[in-house]
Amino acid sequence: MSRLLSSLVVAALAVAGLCPAGAAQEAGHVKVSRGTVQIERAGQKRPAEVGATVQAGDVVTTGSDGSVGITFLDNSLLSAGPNSVLAIDRFAFDSTTHQGAFESSLKQGTLAVVSGKLAKQSADAMKVKTPAAVLGVRGTEFLVRTGVPKE
Amino acid sequence: MTTFAIGVRGLTGLAALALLLLAGCARPARDDLYVLLPGPDGKTGAVSVESGGKATVLDQPYAAARIKEPGRVEAGAVTEAEARQAFGAALGAQPGRPVSFTLYFLEARDELTPESKQIVAAIPGEIAKRPAAEIVVIGHTDRVGTVPYNDALSLRRAERMRDELVKAGVPADRIRVEGRGEREPLVATPDEVPEPQNRRVEIDVR
Repeated sequence: MSRLLSSLVVAALAVAGLCPAGAAQEAGHVKVSRGTVQIERAGQKRPAEVGATVQAGDVVTTGSDGSVGITFLDNSLLSAGPNSVLAIDRFAFDSTTHQGAFESSLKQGTLAVVSGKLAKQSADAMKVKTPAAVLGVRGTEFLVRTGVPKE
Repeated sequence: MTTFAIGVRGLTGLAALALLLLAGCARPARDDLYVLLPGPDGKTGAVSVESGGKATVLDQPYAAARIKEPGRVEAGAVTEAEARQAFGAALGAQPGRPVSFTLYFLEARDELTPESKQIVAAIPGEIAKRPAAEIVVIGHTDRVGTVPYNDALSLRRAERMRDELVKAGVPADRIRVEGRGEREPLVATPDEVPEPQNRRVEIDVR
């Protein structure tokens, strides 16, 4: 009986492993994390440690002492400086065809971007938004600062 | 006299209003800066900056756009030093660049060519440099043999490389293995043509 139960548990875990409950697909991983860095997912904030998974829908925030670097599955690199709020709005990447879409929003702060395979495959695949502008990326490296002027 | 007095007061009011407006101009609504960087290979791409329906394209190294009021994009340029100054922390947190290795195999075998054996020795060091490294090992074949035969051979080649990396100390759970068979040749050939460049394993490290 207990053997049956444990095999049931194992089976349930296996199924859970195959399709993580309601979780969006992983989009990338934190590779650099300095000072205060948090990932907000489904209303919950947790520290963004090196190795942490980043998904579509996540909002990554840095404190006044913080900076963070994320490598995405298509080899895009996004890194943010202090006092930044970066939302990963959408990420889809087919590793065989290199097609998909990557949209992110820098609500405030600074961001350095190295585009990856998505932008190389298609000129419209990668977009970075700020409260004031939409950037269309055509395979490149660039910097974004957005915010209101300091007093 | 009264009219004149009112006039003066009115003028003062106007002056005050003008000062307020000037102050408004002195402090813009936003302090946005967008800068295009040259690529590591010397090639510079392009970024379009669109605000309020108008788009500006940055396509030169250190070309920059400023937005102080939404809908107004001021095109210009910054120096490299200015870019480093404004974005130092963000640039400093940039993850290591992903690297890719291509290793070639002897015909119909999971044995590397002598040249590729030399390259494989450098890979564990590249992996060790990267925090939370992710490794994808993708096997390929040429078009000699059936599709199922080549699917199996490509996977065997990839698994062989995975085993080599694990032997060199790379944690197995960081490595993903794929076999793509003869579907993605580096050099296009008719079926059943031996092609050394297509007998390969790609190792992506990020």
